[in-house]
Amino acid sequence: MRTPVAYYLLLSGILFMLGTVGVLTRKNALLIFMSVELQLNAVNLSLVAFSRLHDDLTGQVLAFFSMVVAAAEVVVGLAIIVAIYRRRRSVDVDDVRELRW
Amino acid sequence: MVSRDSSLLWLMPALPLLGAAINLFFGKRLGRYAGWLASATVIAAFAVSLGLMSQLLAKPVEDRLFLEHLFSWIDVGRFQVGMDLRLDDLSMTMVLVVTGVGALIHVYAIGYMAGDPRYGRFFAYMNLFVFFMLMLVLGANYLVLYLGWEGVGLCSYLLIGFWSDVPANAEAAKKAFITTRIGDTLMLVGLALIVFRFGTLDFEAIFGSAGGVLTKGAATVIALLLFAGAIGKSAQVPLHVWLPDAMAGPTPVSALIHAATMVTAGVYLVVRSHVLFEVSGVALTVVLVVGLVTAIFAATCAIAQQDIKRVLAYSTISQLGFMFMAAGMRAYAVAMFFLVAHAFYKALMFLGAGSVIHGMHDVQDLREMGGLRRVMPITFVTFLVGALAQAGVPPLAGFFAKDAVLEVAQHTNRDAVYLLGSVAAFLSAFYLGRLLFLTFFSETRSDRARSAHESPPVMWVPLAILAFGVVTAGWLNITPEGRLAGFLESITGVAPQGIGLGALPLAGIAVVLSLTALVVTWWIYGSGRVDWRTFRERLEPFPRAALEGWYVDRAYDTVIVQPAKAGSWIVAYVVDARIIDGLVEGIGAGVRRLADRGRLVQTGFVRSYALAVFLGAVAILVYVGVRL
Repeated sequence: MRTPVAYYLLLSGILFMLGTVGVLTRKNALLIFMSVELQLNAVNLSLVAFSRLHDDLTGQVLAFFSMVVAAAEVVVGLAIIVAIYRRRRSVDVDDVRELRW
Repeated sequence: MVSRDSSLLWLMPALPLLGAAINLFFGKRLGRYAGWLASATVIAAFAVSLGLMSQLLAKPVEDRLFLEHLFSWIDVGRFQVGMDLRLDDLSMTMVLVVTGVGALIHVYAIGYMAGDPRYGRFFAYMNLFVFFMLMLVLGANYLVLYLGWEGVGLCSYLLIGFWSDVPANAEAAKKAFITTRIGDTLMLVGLALIVFRFGTLDFEAIFGSAGGVLTKGAATVIALLLFAGAIGKSAQVPLHVWLPDAMAGPTPVSALIHAATMVTAGVYLVVRSHVLFEVSGVALTVVLVVGLVTAIFAATCAIAQQDIKRVLAYSTISQLGFMFMAAGMRAYAVAMFFLVAHAFYKALMFLGAGSVIHGMHDVQDLREMGGLRRVMPITFVTFLVGALAQAGVPPLAGFFAKDAVLEVAQHTNRDAVYLLGSVAAFLSAFYLGRLLFLTFFSETRSDRARSAHESPPVMWVPLAILAFGVVTAGWLNITPEGRLAGFLESITGVAPQGIGLGALPLAGIAVVLSLTALVVTWWIYGSGRVDWRTFRERLEPFPRAALEGWYVDRAYDTVIVQPAKAGSWIVAYVVDARIIDGLVEGIGAGVRRLADRGRLVQTGFVRSYALAVFLGAVAILVYVGVRL
């Protein structure tokens, strides 16, 4: 028996909303980063769910791609955060606003 | 159409031009030979013109014309102007005056300018002037004439301001240039109208068809525009103000440019274009009135001048008025005769005045002179000849010239012109008598006058030659129908003849007037019986006003110059600085201010950007959802 796709999507939506709220409310760059990952994985989950629903592997392939890109992004993102931390002893995003005008 | 034997025409202007070029580039190295070189070119040009005159006179009257096409100047569609030279009886007369008197003045200047640090440059300008003046009178179309016209204006400017280290001289040069420019510009408009109407600027073509092509009104407009040029160049009222100030230039310049040649170019222009003036008719009356007003006006100014050269300057203006009077009465030959006679005696007087100034070590004020006849006998005698000539004492040239004008007025029943002309003639005898007695007679009034010396031969020989010319030039034209008039008839047509008093009684009246004026001036200035200084003071404020030229300069300053300055100030500091710059800078400032508001959107808070992205995504989703 197959689990209805709606559950997956519901879970995916909840995870995505958690991630979004995290991005919008957190000040710590690391936590924002983690929330972004959560959003990405929520989307991955829905991709895989649709893949199963349609019996089409394209969605799963896309999820893999998404994970690879996310991994690369984590490397770059963490490197930036570390660099900022080294320079300012803080990773509070509200402090990092020199580049505005 | 081009005569075979006319190949030397170009040589006359070319010689002074060559001299100018050499003196301009090598004048410093030539040292004092620069003056001799410059004089030699003009003397050579004079010799060429004499040769051409003999060729011209050898021809039958109806064929007396040399034309020479040097090169095509402007060639646009059907409009063509060539660098064409034309030698006929009229230009022949002018050429002889320009080169003849010009040569004498050049020689004189060798002495007068000796020791000047810019000696070579001076003669370069003088030669350049002769070149342009010859182009002016030799031009076979209005464009060549205009080339010369502007060229002599330029040389006049350069020479008036020759000693430009004195700011007043530079001011005078600018004033002369700008004032004549008013006339020149109007004249240029006139030339444009001629091109518009005739499609050509060639004298032959224009004068041949003027009666058919032009309506009376069009002819009046064109003739008056040309005459405006003549008013500027010949310093007639109301553009006369530059000539007295032009005396700031070296005296040979005043003699050559501001007495003998350039200022008479206006008369030449009117005589040359008389066909256009005749078609109009009204224009001739304007010429007559302007000439008459100028003759009297300038004569009244001349009486009160304290500077020897300014007396002569106003006298020149007045005499030019006489020439225009003659031209305005269709007596073109008389006008030309007057021009020739005036060139002789006025050049003579200017050079004489220069000799006095030289001898007095640069004193020009009449009040410091006196008694100079004893120390400068040659200058005195030659100056006397010139002054008596203009005052109208027979048998000198000026007597015949002035008499011919008055005679024409009488013979054409212009009694008012005759009377006012006689008044002007009386005044001219008066101011010349005053000049004569104050300079050469009575007691010496300053140490400078006592230590004055006679000028060197290089200066007094030209004076003597000119004096000889003044004595004999009258015989060129004993009567209006005399020899020069006959010579010019092929160009000017026959001078008008009419009823009225016979020539002899008229001459008698004129002589009596002149002699009366001379005797009166002797009584006041020469006899020592009248204290002319207190006499002058008793007449105030009139002498003061006449000295200032009846405040015309001041009036121009108030009415034209100051408003123009105020207008320029408004344009510069209000219209430009406030309105135009304000608009341009306002646009920039406005954009900047708008951007100042706009950039506040960029807070720099990452989370607010994220919110914007999120809301944007939601908005797109809602939109897509609604579409579905």
